[in-house]
Amino acid sequence: MNLIIKNGFVYDPLNGIDGEIMDICVRNGRIVEGFDEHDARVIDASGMTVMPGGVDIHTHIAGSEVNLGRLLRPEDHAYDVEPRKTITRSGVGRSVPSTFVTGYRYARMGYTMICNPSMPPLEARHTHEELEDTPIVDKATFPLLGDWWFVLEHLKNGLIKECAEHVAWMINATKGYAIKIVNPGGLETWGFGRNVKDLDDPVPNFGITPREIIRGLCLVNQIINLPHSIHVHTNRLGQPGNYITTIETMDCVKDFAKTERPVIHITHCQFSAFKGDSWQNMKSGAEEIAKYVNHNKHVTLDMGQVVFTDTTTMTADGPWQYTLYELSGNKWVNHDVEVETSSGIVPFRYRRKSYVHATMWSIGLELALLVDDPWKIYLTTDHPNGAPFTTYPKIISWLMSKKAREKTLKKINSKARAKSLLPSIDREYTFYEIATVTRAGQAKALGLKNKGHLGAGADADIAIYGINPREIDPSRDYKAVRRAFSKAAYTIKGGEIVAKDDEIVKVPDGKIYWVNPELPLLKNDPFSSHSNIPSDLRRKFREYWTVEFDNYFIPERYLKISAPIRIEVRW
Amino acid sequence: MIFHILPKYQFRVPVYADCISPDVFDGKRLDEILKLRVWEGNKNRPLSDLFSVKCEENAENEGLTISLRGDFSKVRRVGVGMSKGKIIVNGDVGMHLGEKMKGGEITVNGNADSWAGGGMEGGRIEIKGSAGDFIGAPSRGSIEGMKNGIIIVHGDAGREVGCSMRGGLIKIYGSVKHFVGISMREGTIFVRGDCAGKAGAEMFNGRIIICGYVPSILPTFTVDSIRPNVDVNGEKIPGPFYRFLGDMADNGEGKLFISKSKNPHLSVYEKYLL
Repeated sequence: MNLIIKNGFVYDPLNGIDGEIMDICVRNGRIVEGFDEHDARVIDASGMTVMPGGVDIHTHIAGSEVNLGRLLRPEDHAYDVEPRKTITRSGVGRSVPSTFVTGYRYARMGYTMICNPSMPPLEARHTHEELEDTPIVDKATFPLLGDWWFVLEHLKNGLIKECAEHVAWMINATKGYAIKIVNPGGLETWGFGRNVKDLDDPVPNFGITPREIIRGLCLVNQIINLPHSIHVHTNRLGQPGNYITTIETMDCVKDFAKTERPVIHITHCQFSAFKGDSWQNMKSGAEEIAKYVNHNKHVTLDMGQVVFTDTTTMTADGPWQYTLYELSGNKWVNHDVEVETSSGIVPFRYRRKSYVHATMWSIGLELALLVDDPWKIYLTTDHPNGAPFTTYPKIISWLMSKKAREKTLKKINSKARAKSLLPSIDREYTFYEIATVTRAGQAKALGLKNKGHLGAGADADIAIYGINPREIDPSRDYKAVRRAFSKAAYTIKGGEIVAKDDEIVKVPDGKIYWVNPELPLLKNDPFSSHSNIPSDLRRKFREYWTVEFDNYFIPERYLKISAPIRIEVRW
Repeated sequence: MIFHILPKYQFRVPVYADCISPDVFDGKRLDEILKLRVWEGNKNRPLSDLFSVKCEENAENEGLTISLRGDFSKVRRVGVGMSKGKIIVNGDVGMHLGEKMKGGEITVNGNADSWAGGGMEGGRIEIKGSAGDFIGAPSRGSIEGMKNGIIIVHGDAGREVGCSMRGGLIKIYGSVKHFVGISMREGTIFVRGDCAGKAGAEMFNGRIIICGYVPSILPTFTVDSIRPNVDVNGEKIPGPFYRFLGDMADNGEGKLFISKSKNPHLSVYEKYLL
C-alpha cells in the first residue's frame, strides 16, 4: 500500500529536520522521495507532529526472567486486564505485561523497535519464542556475555582472538545483536556469596578483574565490528558512591575510541550515579557523570528513570537483587544460570516520600538535563526496573517542562527536594530533542541504518502524534504533551497503519534483528556442521552445561521473521 | 433512594459487576444505570440484559441504598471500592464483595463467597450466613491486606481469614479453617468458634482471639501468659486465655489468644510459664 502523510510537522533529527511542514511518502514499506499520488492513501497530518517510529534501546520484555516476573506477580495483573477484541488478543498488563499486550502498548505509544537487553544465552530459545509472540514491533536481543566462563578464561589468558571467535559464535548461536555486560565479574563472584567491590577486585577462581573484562569485550566488540557498542550495566549498581565506578568504567575504554563512534553504552545510568557512602547521605552524582560525558565522545547513556509507582525490578545482577530484597523485605527470586550469568526479581514500590527513591527520581532527570548533547543520552526507564514503559509520556513531559518537574518536586520528600539539582536547571527539551532521545539517538547508537529517521530508504516506521508544536507550549501545557505521547494518532509500521487513536487496527509480526558475523569459524553453515567449532567447546558443553551442544544453537529458521545483519569482521 | 436489583435469569458463568456500587449509581438516572457495562463470562453487556432494576424514592433513607434480591452467587465484585451508601443483599453473593471498599455498609442476608472485603480500607460488611475463604485478604500475591473497617460473619468462614491484614477488625461468630491471620501485620481477628489449625502463621503483629478448640499451636509461637479476659473493640470477652507470641520464624510480635477451657490439651504449655 502506498501512503502519503501530508502537512505534518516533521521532526527527523538524523536528517536535521526540525518541525518543517513536509509530506512523507511511503511505498512498499519504505520511505521514498515522492511518487504519483493518485493511488496512494492520504493521511492528513495537518496540525500534528510526525516523528520516526520510537526506538527503545533497553526494555526487559521477554525471556525467562520476565516470565518469572509474570509468575511472581499475579497482583500486578489483577487490575490491568485487556479484553480480547476483533483482531487483538486478551492479556494483562502493568509492570510485566503479557507478550501480546507489550506489543500493542508499544505500538499505541508510537514505538516500533525495541531491544530486550538481557538474555542469558542458555534461555535464548525461550526469549525468541516470547519475542515472536510480541507483535507489531521489531525486536533485537542482547546476550549476557560478561560472566561467561569462556570469556573469563580467554581474557585471563590474553587470547583475544579466541575470545572474539567464541563471542561471535555465541551471538550467532543465540541470534543476539550486541554484547551485554552486567556487573562484570560480580555475577560469577555472586556464585560464592560475594560481589566485586570495584573495577580492580579479582573474580574468584579466574583471577580476572572487571576492568579486564570490560576492556577485553570492548576490544572483541571492535574486532567483530558489531553495530552497537558494548552495553554495560556497571559494577556496584545501586550502591551509594558508585558514580566513581561508573566514571572509571567509562574511562577504562577511552583509549579504544579511534573514530567518532562511541565504544561503550552505560545503561540505566541513574542507578549508577549515586554519591555518598550510605543510604542516609546518598545524593546525586549526576553532575559529575554529565560533566564526564559532556567532555568525552566515546560514551552514550540511557536514563533508567524512576517514576513513583509500583513495579517489578528484574536484572541479571543477582547480588544487587539480593540487596533489594533485604531493603524491601518483599518476595524475591534469585537464580544462577549455569556457566553464564545470574538473575533476580524483586517487586518494588518507589515512594515519593522516601528520601532515596525521591533522590533517584531526581538523578534520572538531572542526567538527562545536564548532558548537553541529546545524542548521548536516551529516554528509558529500564522497563520495568524504574517504571513500566507506559510511563514514558510522563517522563517526556518532565523533560519538556520545568513546571511539570516543579509540580512533582513539591510532592516529594523534603530532604530530597532540598538536595535536588532540578530547581537550578532551567533547560527544557524541545520536540526535536525529544525525537532524538526517544528514537533517532537510540537508532544511531544501535547502528540501525533504516530506523529512527524518515529519509528516503528508511523503513516506513512512523509515529504521528496529535499535538501541534506551533500552538502548544509544552512548558506550560505539559498535560497535553503527556496525552499526545501516550496515544499516537497513527502508528505506521513497515508502511502499514497498525494503531490509530489508541486502537490497534492491524497486527503484523515484527522482525528479529540479529547480527551474523563473518568469521572463519562460521564459514560453513553453522547449524548443519560445527566442523570448525573448536573441539574444546563441544567437550566443555558436555562438562559444564545441562544442554547438549547440538541443541544449543538456534537455527535461523527458528525465527519467524529473521532480519540478519551481515557484518565483516576486522580480522 | 433505593434501587432494587433482581437477576433476570440463573447465571451459569461468572458475572463481573463492578458497577453495582452506590458510588457509581450516585447522580445517575435509571436509564443511565441500565446502560452500565458488566462482563458475563467473556461478553461485555449492559446491566439491563442481566438484571431488572427498579428505583424507589424513600424519604427515610438519606443515603443511596442498593438492594439485591435473588441468587447473586455468581455475581462478583459487587460494591468494589465503594465509599458511601448501603448495599443489602437478600440471598447469596459471589466473590470479591466490597473489595477495597472505603466506606459505607454492606449487609448480606445469606452467604458470601471468598475475598469478601478484600483489602478493604473502611466501612462495614456484615454477613449473616457463612463466608468463603480469604476474608479481608488482598488478591493473590499482594501483601496489601485489609487496612481498616469491620467485617462481621455470623456463620463460618474458610481459610486464610485476614491474610496480610494491616488494621481493622474481623469478627467470625462461627468457626474458621486453617491459617487464620496469616502474614498479619496489625488489626484484630476474633473467632468465637473453632479453628482448624495453623493460626497466626507468619504473623508480624496484631491480635487473634480464638474462643473455641484449636488442635495445636504452631511451634514457632511461645507461650507468654494466661489472661483472664480480652478486650475486643470495647467488648470484654471472658477467658481465661493462653497468650502466645509469634511468629518467631519472622521475628513477629503478634499475639494469639486461645481459650483455656476449650483446649485442655494445651495445658502442656503451662510448665513453661514461670
